[in-house]
Amino acid sequence: MSIRRRHVVERLMQALMLCSLGLVLASVAAIIGVIVVRGAPALSWRMLVQPPQSGYYAGRGSGSGIANALVGSVYVAFGGTLLASLVSLPVACALQKQYLPGGVRRAITLMLDVLWGVPSVVTGAFCFIVMAHYGLRASLAGGICTIALVIMPVMVRAMAEAMSAAPAAMHEAACALGATRFGVTVRIVLRQTVPGLVTAVLLAFGRGIGDAASLLFTSGYSDFIPRSLSEPAASLPLAIFFQLNSPFPEVQRGAYAAALVLLLIVVVVTAGARACAARLGIHVVR
Amino acid sequence: MSARRATDAVSAWLFRALAFGAAGLAAVVLVALWLKSRPLLAHQSLGSLLWSSDWQPHAGSFGFLPYLAGTIAVTGVAMVMAVPVSVLAAIYLAEYATNRLRSAVKPLIDLLAAIPSVVYGMWGVVVIVPAVKHIAASFGVSCTGYSLLAAGVVLAVMVFPFLVSIIADVLHAVPLDAREAALALGATRWETTWHIVLKHAAPGIMAAIVLSFSRAFGETMAVVMVAGNVAAIPRSLFAPVYPLPALIANNYGEMMSIPLYDAALMFAALALFVVVTLFNTAAHVVLHQLERRWR
Repeated sequence: MSIRRRHVVERLMQALMLCSLGLVLASVAAIIGVIVVRGAPALSWRMLVQPPQSGYYAGRGSGSGIANALVGSVYVAFGGTLLASLVSLPVACALQKQYLPGGVRRAITLMLDVLWGVPSVVTGAFCFIVMAHYGLRASLAGGICTIALVIMPVMVRAMAEAMSAAPAAMHEAACALGATRFGVTVRIVLRQTVPGLVTAVLLAFGRGIGDAASLLFTSGYSDFIPRSLSEPAASLPLAIFFQLNSPFPEVQRGAYAAALVLLLIVVVVTAGARACAARLGIHVVR
Repeated sequence: MSARRATDAVSAWLFRALAFGAAGLAAVVLVALWLKSRPLLAHQSLGSLLWSSDWQPHAGSFGFLPYLAGTIAVTGVAMVMAVPVSVLAAIYLAEYATNRLRSAVKPLIDLLAAIPSVVYGMWGVVVIVPAVKHIAASFGVSCTGYSLLAAGVVLAVMVFPFLVSIIADVLHAVPLDAREAALALGATRWETTWHIVLKHAAPGIMAAIVLSFSRAFGETMAVVMVAGNVAAIPRSLFAPVYPLPALIANNYGEMMSIPLYDAALMFAALALFVVVTLFNTAAHVVLHQLERRWR
């Protein structure tokens, strides 16, 4: 091939690659742009603090709000993240090399990766089976457990990754001073990896608050703000899903507002996760 | 001294037990779904469930073919659109981009990955569906816009961030000396990428594609909102489709009122679980192996 032709191919491929990257970035801009343009006019303080007045299908006038979904989502995501952290932290600790041999750790990591890939609608169906088996109805508690199950694998992976980055020398120094394995884990490794752990929790929270398919069966939907764990709870993603198809423009506005609020929460949480990783890392001994 | 030893031993067993429990959850999910779909499997053979398109829950006949075809069609369309774009974008990020560009783009890709699927669905309803309707009209096809094409486009955008970030990571992990040797022999950058880097990274790229295929396969909310949900084997890009996850999501309300309907929905969930898990396992095994080889 002549040198000229080779350069033409080089240029052509570069142009194609730039176009592709541009397309990916344009889709980010398009999605965020559309959500903001549609959501911003719909969003108001009243929308955020008022629950729907007369059922989400019939909501007319200025009486419809998304407070039920906002509060429900926050409850479900906080509860789910808390529950998932309680399980994930010990699991991530067990994935250090002091606790399990390499082959077992790899097998567990693989299983968790696979669990991470399970579609959330399937996780929801599974939790629904379990709840139905014990005679439980769609409720806030069910939603919390389901979300915990959905986000647990991500959280463990991120936590284990952070913990594996802790310097080995510090570990050896602590051991040489007579610390037990547990002592090293709690006093050295966990303390050293706080930024990574916070990032893991925040990322999982962001994932949990946006998940809808798993909540369809398990947390139900209601027009009221839940007052106990056994009441059904609305959530922002499901509010978007239900209200977008409404024939009433006023109810549709609720969906636009909910989407903007959800997007804002996710952006803030994701940015917070990055900032934590950068900011808290200053105090970590490397 | 012994108290510390005891704490250590107890905590170690607790950690291990939880780790095994967490890892075993996938098996628990599989068994639970299988137990719940057993009544349907006793009622109808697996072959007729998968190959019949006769879907009449009231008459007790369940043929999943339209839903399976819908799922495969939607995922296929999405992958055909997403894979070339993502591979090229990932190559640019890994091989050509300056560090500054890379660190500017990465948060945006992460953001795209973090956007909830309902938001994608809403974007699809507001933007893609009317656009598809418009395009169909210019071809002289009448179409509501809720179609295979709309679902494919939305899914393609959803898998962009997965594909791009995994492939960029895989390319980044390819040993540098292979590249340097090719460049020293006078290859252009694209030739180096094409002949050396991509060859090295091929298993990883395949794994990334399989991984995002299975993610698209099980994606529910975005698809249910734009696919049109008509249970028929799609004949064109503008035809509505009804993928499996949408079937589950749309009918959870009625599933207790018709006999065997709940078993049928759980069978749908089981089918999704089995396909996605097989694909994911294969992909992750490849990725883990590459990670170990290149470390």
